[in-house]
Amino acid sequence: MNAILEMRGITKTFPGVKALDNVNITVKAGEIHALVGENGAGKSTLMKVLSGVYPYGTYSGDIYYEGEERRFKGIADSEKLGIIIIHQELALVPLLSIAENIFLGNEQAEFGIIDWSTAFSRTKELLKTVGLSESPETLVTNLGVGKQQLVEIAKALSKKVKLLILDEPTASLNEKDSDALLELLLRFKEQGISSILISHKLNEISKVADAITVLRDGGTVETLDCRSQDIGEDRIIRGMVGRTMEDRYPKREPKIGETIFQVENWSAYHPLHAHVQVVKNVDLNIRRGEIVGIAGLMGAGRTEFAMSLFGRSYGQNISGRVLLHGKEIDVSTVERAVSNGIAYATEDRKTYGLVLDEDIRKNITLARLGGVSKNLVIDDIQELAVANDFRKRLRIRSSSVFQQTVNLSGGNQQKVVLSKWLFADPEILILDEPTRGIDVGAKYEIYTIINRLADSGKGVLMISSEMPELLGMCDRIYVMNEGALIAEFDAAEASQEKIMHAIVKSGRR
Amino acid sequence: MDTRIAEDLRAPRQTSWLDFVRTHFRDYGMLLSLLVIMLFFQVVTDGTLLRPLNLTNLVLQNSYIVIMALGMLLVIVAGHIDLSVGSIVGFVGGLAAMMMVRWGFDPVTTTIACLVVGGLIGAAQGYWVAYFKVPSFIVTLAGMLVFKGLTLALLGGMSVGPFPVGFQRLSSGFIPDLFGGEGFNYTSLFLGVVSVAVLIYFSFRTRANQLKHAVETAPFGLFLFKNALLAGLVVAFCYLMATYRGLPNVLVIMAVLIALYAFVTNRTTIGRRIYALGGNEKAAKLSGIKTERLTFLTFVNMGVLAGLAGLIFAARLNTATPKAGLGFELDVIAAVFIGGASATGGVGKVTGAVIGAFVMGVMNNGMSILGIGIDYQQVIKGLVLLAAVSLDVYNRKK
Repeated sequence: MNAILEMRGITKTFPGVKALDNVNITVKAGEIHALVGENGAGKSTLMKVLSGVYPYGTYSGDIYYEGEERRFKGIADSEKLGIIIIHQELALVPLLSIAENIFLGNEQAEFGIIDWSTAFSRTKELLKTVGLSESPETLVTNLGVGKQQLVEIAKALSKKVKLLILDEPTASLNEKDSDALLELLLRFKEQGISSILISHKLNEISKVADAITVLRDGGTVETLDCRSQDIGEDRIIRGMVGRTMEDRYPKREPKIGETIFQVENWSAYHPLHAHVQVVKNVDLNIRRGEIVGIAGLMGAGRTEFAMSLFGRSYGQNISGRVLLHGKEIDVSTVERAVSNGIAYATEDRKTYGLVLDEDIRKNITLARLGGVSKNLVIDDIQELAVANDFRKRLRIRSSSVFQQTVNLSGGNQQKVVLSKWLFADPEILILDEPTRGIDVGAKYEIYTIINRLADSGKGVLMISSEMPELLGMCDRIYVMNEGALIAEFDAAEASQEKIMHAIVKSGRR
Repeated sequence: MDTRIAEDLRAPRQTSWLDFVRTHFRDYGMLLSLLVIMLFFQVVTDGTLLRPLNLTNLVLQNSYIVIMALGMLLVIVAGHIDLSVGSIVGFVGGLAAMMMVRWGFDPVTTTIACLVVGGLIGAAQGYWVAYFKVPSFIVTLAGMLVFKGLTLALLGGMSVGPFPVGFQRLSSGFIPDLFGGEGFNYTSLFLGVVSVAVLIYFSFRTRANQLKHAVETAPFGLFLFKNALLAGLVVAFCYLMATYRGLPNVLVIMAVLIALYAFVTNRTTIGRRIYALGGNEKAAKLSGIKTERLTFLTFVNMGVLAGLAGLIFAARLNTATPKAGLGFELDVIAAVFIGGASATGGVGKVTGAVIGAFVMGVMNNGMSILGIGIDYQQVIKGLVLLAAVSLDVYNRKK
């Protein structure tokens, strides 16, 4: 088998930082090549070098593609040769149709006049290839994330792709959509299209990859061949972090006390469609020092439940009772929920969690400015002390607390969000996907923080789509499906199979 | 890995002059440009610009723009815009004229009533923006038309004046001299010296606190230089003014408001919350901030300040005309953006907005002295606005 792509000795420096240091990667024709590494290992930079975002001359090293040396001056150059990159943040225009999006910048036109019938019929073909049956006129905004991802791939196909690069394609997909996408990659492989897959989800990688290149701190660690031997997740992790991770979850002896938090008969309806009940009569409780998980598929209504509980931030016609220490509390606005001891750390830290333009310090104190001020005047020094304390305790890697949060890595941003809510000093902390998009090392640190919080006598409610994480962290797990809690397991008896079984069974009813 | 963390967490180093100036260029760049512009006009107008009489004029001409820029800064930082302020100036000025000249109210009652009316207008607009989520551009565009029309209706298309002397003092009065100096207003100089002393006391105290807590601080030399320069400028300014008629009343009002708003934006919880609201409304909301009420209040505040500006402007002309306030909103908005505020919200400083207002003011004044026609004045001002903001965008990218 010939190599379709060879990148040799790629070195790329930014002022003061060596982002890539002599990186080598060889992708054989018609293989699925996985690229893994912790956040900041240089995966995205490498792909930007390949696609011409960083043009020839700004890096050193050689790129050979289809047997010839290539010097791309921009994305247009690499696209012309069939190298298509699909970014983590989708680049579709929501209010344009599928057909318009697919041919955006590449319109089926003569003399600037678009031939819609060709465009539509070609779109239909492309959609069929990726397994979509939507009309080409459907607006992209009306599609789910999974289908949007497929539209992106259809768009890549329209450009005669030979090497498809996917950056975290399944990060926001549920299991079913992820599987469909991986299936598709396997099908492309049969047709001779090679792909590079960047992902944090190691189980998916071991499922489909033919070869795995591991990056660490800007350098190539190794390339693993999956065809000749079976590469397990532990093996990949060892390459990524440079050490064996015996235990991905920190040990903890739960000290569980009396029930401190109860939700009774909680219901909420869709904010736009008043007749659609999104959260259905939820009853749950949390005991002192307990970490309680909510498992479920994407779209099961977990985030909606948590947000409706937290100051009615989601939905309408919300009803039910919330009790803390046996007394009913008012959670009708975020402010009241916070002052009554509830906090919610969002799943989408960039959109809902952080003020990205502001520094670490200001983000940390935002939810409880009263804690660092007197008569509405902020005490700079006290605020700084608080921020420095959290920075040290949570190991927020940054130049100082005056660094803007937009420049932090995902894991450190998440630590800032956690700091904010820890400073608000809640009795109950609801964590929504606390480790999404965070590398293995930072995950461990976040778990440690969560454990410490529980051990200090608070209650933690943890929503996660990664079942191993829930199984590794929680003392008790509720299972949610279609807005209702359908099962409850103690840590000892819970397993991935049992949870999936419960979900499937409830879906059949 | 642990050593790296330890390294990260150690106390910041004292930075060198050059590094500090480079990293804080945005903070000082604006002030520097203002000084350069002033120096330029001082030279080309053969020293007319900084004559006491002209300085007084400069302050009087720009006071209402500066005062409105304070409110506009909050509106823009919160992620909105207010196009109606010029019309509110006209309307409130007209209302004041009718109350005093036609309906016989005294100046004090009139002033209070007019400020309340300004606040109510702001509230009416803020209500639609904050609670109905109508884009502020639309709401205040509507407000601009409505109040322009109401001004015409109120004044019946005529100019109304003159005002009682007590009211005129608001704009044309100077602070009285308590020491009885002959042709020299000692009170003004005294006030200048006192405010410099207060400023320096606070900046030393802040620095001492910063040093104690190992915060990155400006190099001591630069710190001294900055304070000395500021003190020198303020005292020199007050001295010049004292040789003429002293500090205008408006200047004192303006200075107090600037200090107040600088304090509110930098040090209070409400100020912090406005920045968070403009930076990321969703995150602010999920942090327990009452974003709607805060937006509403920024518009009420803007209305009150526009009302005050209306009174000052009317008092200055000593008559209310239907054309008063025409186009003021553009100067005010330009001042805020020249001062480094971001059009997307969340970024901007009171000092920046004030400097921006004076950049516009000095250019207006200087070009008028040079006899440049109103036609090319506008062209030049427009280009300066574009240049200042482009430079800011460029700096931010770096």
